[in-house]
Amino acid sequence: MLRRTIPMLILSASGILLVVAYFSPFTTSWSETVLDWFNVLAAVAFVLGAGNLLAVNLELVSARRAGWAYALITLLSFAAMFVFGLFKIGVVPNPDHPNVYFAGDYESSQSAFGWVYEYIFSPLTSTMFALLAFYVASAAFRAFRAKNIEAILLLSTAFIVLIAQTAGGMFLTGWIPEDSMFAFLRFDWMKVGITEYIQTAGMRAITIGIALGIAATSLRLILGLDKSYLSKN
Amino acid sequence: MIKTRLRLVRRAEETLMMNALALRWAFRTMAAAMLSANAGALAMPPAPTNVVATDRPGDGGGAVMLQWTAPAPSEVKEARIERSATAAELKASAPNGAAWISVASAPTLAGEGLGFEITDLPPSAADKSSTDQLVFRVAFLATDGEMSAFTDSNTVVGVANIFLAKKLGLAVSLVLVCGSVILWILLARAGRSVKIRRIAALDAVDEAIGRATEMGRPVLFVPGIQDMTDIQTVAGVTILGRVAKTAAEYDATLEVPTCRSIVMSACRDTVQAAHFGAGRPETYREANINYITDEQFGYVAYVAGRMVREKPAACFYMGAFYAESLVLAENGNAVGAIQIAGTAEPSQLPFFVAACDYTLIGEEFLAASAYLSGERDQLGSIKGQDLGKLIAVMAILVGCVLATIAAFAPEGASARASAAFQNFLGG
Amino acid sequence: MTTTSQTNMNKQSPGRLREFLAGIGNVDRRWIFLSMALAVGVPILLKLRFPEVPGPMAKATFDAVESIPEGSRVLLSFDYDPASAGELQPMASALVYHCASRHHRIVFMALWPLGKQMADKTIKDVLLEFHPEYKYGVDYVQLGYKAGNEGVIKLMTTNIPGQYPTDADGAALSKMPIVADAADLRAFKFIGSLSAGYPGAKEWVQYAKGNTPDAFKVVGGSTGVQVSQLLPYYPKQMEGLLVAIKGAAEYEMLVTSKYPAAQHADRLEEGRRRMGPQLVAHLLMIGLIVLGNVAMIAGRGMKGGAR
Repeated sequence: MLRRTIPMLILSASGILLVVAYFSPFTTSWSETVLDWFNVLAAVAFVLGAGNLLAVNLELVSARRAGWAYALITLLSFAAMFVFGLFKIGVVPNPDHPNVYFAGDYESSQSAFGWVYEYIFSPLTSTMFALLAFYVASAAFRAFRAKNIEAILLLSTAFIVLIAQTAGGMFLTGWIPEDSMFAFLRFDWMKVGITEYIQTAGMRAITIGIALGIAATSLRLILGLDKSYLSKN
Repeated sequence: MIKTRLRLVRRAEETLMMNALALRWAFRTMAAAMLSANAGALAMPPAPTNVVATDRPGDGGGAVMLQWTAPAPSEVKEARIERSATAAELKASAPNGAAWISVASAPTLAGEGLGFEITDLPPSAADKSSTDQLVFRVAFLATDGEMSAFTDSNTVVGVANIFLAKKLGLAVSLVLVCGSVILWILLARAGRSVKIRRIAALDAVDEAIGRATEMGRPVLFVPGIQDMTDIQTVAGVTILGRVAKTAAEYDATLEVPTCRSIVMSACRDTVQAAHFGAGRPETYREANINYITDEQFGYVAYVAGRMVREKPAACFYMGAFYAESLVLAENGNAVGAIQIAGTAEPSQLPFFVAACDYTLIGEEFLAASAYLSGERDQLGSIKGQDLGKLIAVMAILVGCVLATIAAFAPEGASARASAAFQNFLGG
Repeated sequence: MTTTSQTNMNKQSPGRLREFLAGIGNVDRRWIFLSMALAVGVPILLKLRFPEVPGPMAKATFDAVESIPEGSRVLLSFDYDPASAGELQPMASALVYHCASRHHRIVFMALWPLGKQMADKTIKDVLLEFHPEYKYGVDYVQLGYKAGNEGVIKLMTTNIPGQYPTDADGAALSKMPIVADAADLRAFKFIGSLSAGYPGAKEWVQYAKGNTPDAFKVVGGSTGVQVSQLLPYYPKQMEGLLVAIKGAAEYEMLVTSKYPAAQHADRLEEGRRRMGPQLVAHLLMIGLIVLGNVAMIAGRGMKGGAR
């Protein structure tokens, strides 16, 4: 019973307290203090996560299960970055303290850690992000079908915004004077109209719904109605 | 003849005297006029009277309200306001520190009756929630550039109040929204029927897990990439509890790679509780819930690779996602999995809608755990959420009507009402 | 009179065409990936460039930096990581170059862990490259990354020394002329946030601008996906907004027109360079959408029988 009751009590008490604390100048900063506590917890919990990562991948390698080579790469990469960062391999000495080995900046690209960040990690991250371009194309090809009126409207606005975001928009309609009665046919004007009014209105509506959903979810947790996140006794 | 000459001389003398008198009179008149004009230009404007300083109510202690009376406001261009330097300020600026510090220049009529607010006053060294004892003084600057004498106010201390008045609108909104949720929870408990529309994505959860069981392939659950401080992650973990219970009942393998260590711990507890709840504690596998990395694209690279190798039959994406949402969804589509997504990130919803079979949009995702539980209390809270939305819609309509009328009559009552309404809600 | 064989032949041709079109809907996605690779790669290799006409948001951003007095203290927050550098790095380079060309004193910081590295790179490649006269501690300073998301901004609105007692290298800020007297955010005339998500420009508007609306101007640079969350704040709470790579290209154009770079001008042309592939890729996507719908209509016709 205690494994469920105590967490619930902590959640309820802290939830109510922090909501009330927001409205008084004496206690407004409590939520920031709680966030600082959480950051400390998360930093300590990282040790737990790193330990789990090592355990899972070591087990995979030792058992030679399918995909064990990837686990080996993971372990080697983890070890390399850990050693490079912890022991500041190859750092440039700090000009203010040239005789103190650990005074150098491990993040500069001349150090091993910085070099790996600059020439391996950063390009890999950008590559993963760049995959989105390919996935967007295949998703658009597969999913954007004009099956009904709403879908046709969606596709029309998509075409307008896609063209307006490039030089093609100005090429096609840039010749229409901005002060003429047909200025609304310019792609840049249509794009502004779509993004600033239609899209923003829809986004605001969704955001209001989300805010109310967050309030209701938080209330369910604070009042102890939803206990599915708690462990069993 | 002599008499005539004498008479002529006398007349000439009289004329000269009269001319001199006239000249003297003219000169005196001119001089008087010039003097009076200069005297008018060099006269100081009248100083303000009744300068009163009071602590601003409902604030955090750094604000004071100043009032004064302007005897002849039409001649005054602006009011110059200064305050006394605190002991700390005098010490810091010694030896030539000014005893008075300029704080503001107010338009002419500000402060007349309504008060002019001085904010961001320095807190006292002894008590951060109030200021030192301060004195304010006000002088008028006339249109011709002359400044009046300063008039001092009473001594005042800015004190922090227990409740911040500018947050009153938020407090009222909070009471209304939470009140509507609690009201419907109580009504549902009392037996009132609660009808919630069908949410196709949630009805498909059982179908998805059943499909995975039949095909002998695992179920993949991704609880987002944020930590437990994000309500979306909490919502995702509560949905995981329901999904895990169904998976345990169907004897399906559930895999949960996580992006944060604390989320891993929370997910392990949740899944274990779900297996116990389903009466299948022996099927719980801790190793299926593991931590990958905090790094966004490192995590999604792992999950995408896992999808391609293990080909899960059902993928659930429930939580906070950013750019990686489309990578996950397209990979899931490529391996032929049935995909159910839910997020409250508005920018990622279009990607999930385009690529997944079912998507929970915003508040549907946050209500999912309550919907899946089927409990009256929780369903009542969803209904209360809808009542809160109705209140929000009414407020938007009232605000829009007031603002529209104000646009046509900027000086009218509607404009004042619109501004007051915005100030009240905006804080 | 039409013979049976002729009628059959007439039915087969439209049937084959329809089958072909319907079959396009099932094309292997790898062909689509290849098309996208060519659509992006070929314009880059051919150095395809197009003239940019600055839009109102880019102009507003430019005017915001121009309107504050020369030599003002400005704060630039690098709230992105290498993944979003494709869209945001050109904006960052142009913004830093613009501020330095106006001799503003620049304070760099980051709310994302990897943002500090992005700022360091910009300092090295842009600030010190084009303005080597800038001195650390006097003309610019790097505060580095601070954990806490919007909590950092909230604290900075009242107490910068409390939040940042030292710079990223541990040197005391109280000894640096650029920030020694900066008690809170009102010490800055301008705050720019280059943001890829949370925390970012939205938090700067909500917590910094919301607290002191008239003390400084706030300008945001955002990825295309996130911009819908920032549009409601423009132009009242946010004086300028750069949207995606197009906004970066337009802003670059404005900056380099007024302050031409004598050398390494290519470092300030990244945004414009990427507009060529963007045009071709967007046209490809439109083409794919049209093709997909043609396939759908053709397939529907086949299922519905001969017409």
